[in-house]
Amino acid sequence: MIDVKNLYKNYYPNDSGKFAGIGKPGIKKNESVLSEDTGISFNVSEAELFGLIGPDGAGKTTIFRILTTLILPDKGIATLGGLDVVNDYKEIRKKVGYMPGRFSLYQDLTVLENLEFFATVFNTTIKENYDLIKDIYVQIEPFKNRRAGKLSGGMKQKLALCCALIHKPEILFLDEPTTGVDPVSRKEFWGMLQKLKTQGITILVSTPYMDEAALCDRIALIQNGNFLNIDTPENIVKQFNRDLWSVKSNQMHHLLTDLRTFDSIDSSFAFGDSIHFTVKHKKDFSKSEFESLLLAGGHNKVEIRKINPGIEDCFMELSKKTDL
Amino acid sequence: MNKIVNPISEIVIKADHLTKKFGQFTAVDDICFEVRKGEIFGFLGANGAGKTTAMRMLSGLLIPTSGVGQVAGFDITHQPEQVKRNIGYMSQRFSLYDDLKVWENIELFGGIYGLNASQIKIKTDELMQRLNFEDERNKLVKSLPLGFKQKLAFAVSVIHHPQVVFLDEPTGGVDPITRRNFWEMIYEAAVDGITVFVTTHYMDEAEYCDRVCILVDGKIEALDKPGDLKVRFNADSMDEVFLQLARKATRLDG
Amino acid sequence: MKQLLSFIRKEFNHILRDKPTIMILLLMPVIQILLFGFALSTEVKNTNVVILVPKADNEIRHIIDRVNASDYFDIVGFVHNADEIENAFRRGDAKLAMIFENNFSENLKRNGKAHIQLIADASDANTAKTFTFYATSIINSSQKDFSLQNNANGMILPEIKMLYNPQMKSAFNFVPGVLGMIMMLICAMMTSVSIVREKEMGTMEILLVSPMHPIYIILSKITPYLLLSLVNFGTVILLSVFVLHVPIVGSFFSLLMISVLFIFVALSMGLFISTVTNSQLIALLISGMGMMLPATLLSGMIYPIENMPVLLQILSDLVPARWYIIAVKDIMIKGLSFSDVLHEALVLTAMAIFFITISLKKFKVRLE
Repeated sequence: MIDVKNLYKNYYPNDSGKFAGIGKPGIKKNESVLSEDTGISFNVSEAELFGLIGPDGAGKTTIFRILTTLILPDKGIATLGGLDVVNDYKEIRKKVGYMPGRFSLYQDLTVLENLEFFATVFNTTIKENYDLIKDIYVQIEPFKNRRAGKLSGGMKQKLALCCALIHKPEILFLDEPTTGVDPVSRKEFWGMLQKLKTQGITILVSTPYMDEAALCDRIALIQNGNFLNIDTPENIVKQFNRDLWSVKSNQMHHLLTDLRTFDSIDSSFAFGDSIHFTVKHKKDFSKSEFESLLLAGGHNKVEIRKINPGIEDCFMELSKKTDL
Repeated sequence: MNKIVNPISEIVIKADHLTKKFGQFTAVDDICFEVRKGEIFGFLGANGAGKTTAMRMLSGLLIPTSGVGQVAGFDITHQPEQVKRNIGYMSQRFSLYDDLKVWENIELFGGIYGLNASQIKIKTDELMQRLNFEDERNKLVKSLPLGFKQKLAFAVSVIHHPQVVFLDEPTGGVDPITRRNFWEMIYEAAVDGITVFVTTHYMDEAEYCDRVCILVDGKIEALDKPGDLKVRFNADSMDEVFLQLARKATRLDG
Repeated sequence: MKQLLSFIRKEFNHILRDKPTIMILLLMPVIQILLFGFALSTEVKNTNVVILVPKADNEIRHIIDRVNASDYFDIVGFVHNADEIENAFRRGDAKLAMIFENNFSENLKRNGKAHIQLIADASDANTAKTFTFYATSIINSSQKDFSLQNNANGMILPEIKMLYNPQMKSAFNFVPGVLGMIMMLICAMMTSVSIVREKEMGTMEILLVSPMHPIYIILSKITPYLLLSLVNFGTVILLSVFVLHVPIVGSFFSLLMISVLFIFVALSMGLFISTVTNSQLIALLISGMGMMLPATLLSGMIYPIENMPVLLQILSDLVPARWYIIAVKDIMIKGLSFSDVLHEALVLTAMAIFFITISLKKFKVRLE
């Protein structure tokens, strides 16, 4: 449904030597870097929920704007259902739903007025596609006469989703729909996306929250305008081909500084209530030896276990390997 | 993370039945807590729970409707100027001037907080070295990656070694490695005796705090060490604790 | 069509819900007209007049009675020569002198023609222009009395002479000037700001990613401000006619026509501004400094164009308000018809076409 090949965009003029955009030629540190100087490529199948996962400034919004025909790429080709984003932009605009970051709603219009307005903009009515938005709309209907500016983050998010869905788009683009929204609304939102997927809508969604990656069918990890990896969340985790350990003690901050002094340890980062670390050479590391070292160093209640990595571990590991 | 905060060290922040109303709307509803020197105090809550309002009262920007607050030994209602002189403040939205160079920002904020020229020079050199920023010294802040900016903004907010630093969602949108580097900087500041008052959206970051306070609809629903909260709510992570509490929220206004 | 209507309704919602702004926009013309008009309307009352009559007779007495009967004039004395007039002006005893020619009545009866010279103290140009205008109308109307009585074609020719400020350029300009300024402000400034706001809010992204034709965005943005400007046009005209007693000598329809044309110029300029900027602040600055200042300073509203350096005179040709003010004065004050202001109308039309063309060319279907 979405087909992207060698997409490249630099907001600076090409001769300035500066880069901001997507597809920047990366310096390859090992084989895991996907793009060299060929821009970014990926594809999304029909009714797939595809996630772009990465921090601010990684290039997520640029990809969205190119695909929604709002800006032109410098190089590369992108098609949506066979339609070219540059030449067939008028056709594409009839088929896509777009929810930009910051929930672009009219703050001084009411919930109902916003929805009615966007319905007519897309040449349809609320009635016509009510089935599609019904589950979401009933949650905000009690506030339909309230101005959008007076809604909470979670309510705005639901309204913006309704507005983007009102014309029954084939492809839905959601740029950071969960940023700044409370955890409860975030959970509910992902539930709604799963339902939309079953209705055959292709969804491209971006998020800076790594824990949301597992809810997508496939994800692209993105940083500094380039993909670190594209795959299903399960496969990305599988590709983390090193041992990952978790350690806790009664003095967590000291533990982190102590770990940094061990030669055998490669990386160590705080993860919630524990520290995740990897070792340089598997054979040189013994759990019991390490534990006794820590105890001798004054730590108590030491807990060391081998764990399965999460997407965030993978992201950090991959981003260390590239120098983008 | 369970760094040991001396239970008899001095109280640096004290909120005593603090309440703030905007018209009919009670943004912060009768909150009480104490924070000790060198503690990292996490302030969690959904959007609109009253976090920013509480933080603004404590930093002397808003006058409480009722209740008493003390920061760094000064009364927030009657001595806001003294309060402001003894705190640092950093928010995700505003931290540094984009159109000034790195060293110009340091000079500006050093000057605002009363450092003299030679102190500023020493601090600037020290900061550039510690952050590994030597090459960026003469660059405009807007040309820096977000992660750099946030680290620099934090360093600037504690340049005058305040008693308390208030951080309003300092790590929003930052990549995972920079986010952790940032927290390591917070730790160093706390070890130096700076009390850290921080709000965040990332629940894993709540675990890094000595104590967390969860705000729902302007009221404190829970206040304890992260480990103890997880035990009490029978949860594996702070995320679960938060979800259990936040589902109670009825307030809609952002 | 339904898209357009719903879009226009949305724009009205935005405008009507922003209470402070709409109040400012509606009250501004009232305040400006009253401010400008206040000095004028009070000063003109009870202007002191001295009269020089060679020999009083019925006709002259009739005219003097009518002058004295009006609210605008008080006759404070009779003088016998030019020196005495000058002295009266110097002492401030009088602002206007009426000098009847020798054999006034005989000339009127015999030749059907007679002269009255009006000499005004024009140091305050605004008031001088106004009270000589009133004096002239009194004289003109009394001439009709004689025609009726004698069944003859009598004609009294007032000759106006301004002392101290013979050019009289700043007077009577403010009603056309205020009209020009307010329309520039509402149309250019508000239109550009309201389009740029959608860019800032991010809603423009959604509108662009919709099948809606961009011309709808433009049409729906300008419609409310066109209506608002017409309301303000009505306010200014009503106030100037009924409160300031500035008559509309020419045809109201021509006045409306030329005003609508000017509104289109201002709207197209607002549109143009919105295509060159993405920030509300810059839009405000461009429309404020770049449009409002020329509309007040270079349009001839405050400073006479004839007295400007040549460079500024050339620049003033580029200011739409200048052409509008000339046309409004011609129609409203001088009573000329639309065909007499064809030149100004054509200039304004050309300006509107110019700005609309480049705005449409520059209006992007994408974000960059």
